[in-house]
Amino acid sequence: MTASAEKPHLSREHLLALLRQMIRIRRFEDKCAELYTREEIRGFLHLYDGEEAVAVGVIPVLEQRDRIVATYREHGHALVRGVPMKAVLAEMYGKQDGCSRGRGGSMHLFDRATNFYGGNAIVGGGLPMAIGLALADRMRGDDIVTACFFGEGAVAEGEFHESMNLAALWGLPVLFVCENNRYAMGTALALSESETDIQRKAACYQIASEAVDGMDVIAVEAATRRAVHVVRETRKPHFLECRTYRLRAHSMFDAQLYRDKAEVEAWRHKEPIVRFQGWLEANHLVHPDDLACIESEVAAEIAEAVSFSEAGTWEPVEQLTRFTHAEAEG
Amino acid sequence: MIQPATTEITYRDAMREAIRDAMRRDDRVFLMGEDVGHYGGCYGVSKGLLAEFGAERIRDTPLSESGFTGAGIGAAMAGMRPIVELMTVNFSLLALDQILNTAATLRHMSGNQFGVPLVIRMATGAGRQLAAQHSHSLEGWYAHIPGIKVLAPATVEDARGMLWTALQDPDPVLIFENVMLYNMTGTVAADAVPVDIARAAVRRAGRDISLITYGGSLWKTLEAAAVLAGENIHAEVIDLRSLRPLDDATIMASIARTRRAVIVDEGWRSGSLSAEIGMRIVEQAFWELDAPIGRVCSAEVPIPYARHLENAAIPQVPGIVATAKAVLGRA
Repeated sequence: MTASAEKPHLSREHLLALLRQMIRIRRFEDKCAELYTREEIRGFLHLYDGEEAVAVGVIPVLEQRDRIVATYREHGHALVRGVPMKAVLAEMYGKQDGCSRGRGGSMHLFDRATNFYGGNAIVGGGLPMAIGLALADRMRGDDIVTACFFGEGAVAEGEFHESMNLAALWGLPVLFVCENNRYAMGTALALSESETDIQRKAACYQIASEAVDGMDVIAVEAATRRAVHVVRETRKPHFLECRTYRLRAHSMFDAQLYRDKAEVEAWRHKEPIVRFQGWLEANHLVHPDDLACIESEVAAEIAEAVSFSEAGTWEPVEQLTRFTHAEAEG
Repeated sequence: MIQPATTEITYRDAMREAIRDAMRRDDRVFLMGEDVGHYGGCYGVSKGLLAEFGAERIRDTPLSESGFTGAGIGAAMAGMRPIVELMTVNFSLLALDQILNTAATLRHMSGNQFGVPLVIRMATGAGRQLAAQHSHSLEGWYAHIPGIKVLAPATVEDARGMLWTALQDPDPVLIFENVMLYNMTGTVAADAVPVDIARAAVRRAGRDISLITYGGSLWKTLEAAAVLAGENIHAEVIDLRSLRPLDDATIMASIARTRRAVIVDEGWRSGSLSAEIGMRIVEQAFWELDAPIGRVCSAEVPIPYARHLENAAIPQVPGIVATAKAVLGRA
């Protein structure tokens, strides 16, 4: 691998692609929230508002053959990875046309075609799976990296510590991506961790780590390029802590009694789209026409996804118990 | 025609041969668990395999049941065929999140995109004075869970053959090995083949009463049937072999012949597998019954250490005989 693989490609085209992906996630989720209030979408709905720079900074750095394990706040990860928006939305509608046939919903988006291993709604539960995926790759000698996303709440779980130990002990090519949004549901980091500098925990397991401003998409991408390069070259795990902030409620049921409105407002000014777009504008890298183009393309994609989802089919109830086990072929 | 050669081996050796055979046959198979390698397995099942296959494929793990069970899930999803050994069913509770929330749900939750062809083996049952954190029989709990299969090999032949079948399954299979069976000897064909896991087996034919059991209790139940035969009571003994799915057809066919049933289950009585089987009989064969169904289960107590108390806590031959006679109105 050449040194350039470690550096971000700061071409205008690339920068606009990053902006476009963040706007795409934000507008899509704005629509999801609207559809939720209209009761088209039910269950839990966890929005990524404010954290988009993490998925957009990390995922495009990975190769198609690489694997992704995500959490229940994974709409953005799925979209950036290339899971079709219409399949993601149809899943939230509970339609058979959804990416998990309507069996998973918002928290359980899966896509074999893009090596997207879900949507895990047990906090910390995806980490051991990532260990196993990487173990298989190691045993076969395949040049594949598994990126495992989890929140800072997960680091209090035993499965986090077990997985960190196994990854280091067995030399597994896992990129751990901690999305530290400062709150485990409604519990602030300082109320749940004795050591609030999350990336330091990796040192106990002899895993190299780095903390990065998770509101800065360029910084996240740069750190990810370095990290993925190290994982590929050394076939050892690496730990990336992305410090970010969730601007919306934990889920649609959250009254946010645990934080001040002023705090949220202060972060709103630091949010990744405003910040990146402002930087692009100040440097004359984006024109109003570009923005209009992005917005109209995204709006069209969302409109198509809504139409697709509304027109989708409900799986016949007679098929309720399908897929609890594999079905005989033919 | 030449009869196939047979060998007499222990249940432990049969299990080891099954693992060795699978590892030789399929490069994707590997064994992982606590002390499976250098120690040779807590119950000696994997003794010698490290030397033959190396530390990559006979993989010692830290004491991280959830972590390495989840690693088995991930490796299975990525195309390997892992065998995860959990020392005992009590320790498996530390991995219950991975077994229930991930392994059992994944195929369905992903809309059939990802399967988990994982085999998890563990020891179960009482009888070695290991007290209340090493002796329980929780296989009935696992049999509650859609998305997994639960096997209980009671014979040396099944110990030898069930692993092969389980490894061919595209979904998670749990194998429960009763600790009192490891030293038992039996005869297997030298050229062992995979065994059918879909059907229960009638281990002793009889016309007067059906004794339905599995795992370690099979041998006590067969002994009880022999005692009953001395009193001119001909008991049929059914070895369930698979606890999920249950082979209702074999059970009901037996009830149709005998019209009476006793279920022998080392699990606790309340909410047990025996309760499930009893209810299925009521649902499907109520009008075939000539008498209420009887049950012999473990006492509702954490398994105690003292020998006499442990013995009293779990099903024993006299209790099975007495319950069968009560159901027959010959108490």
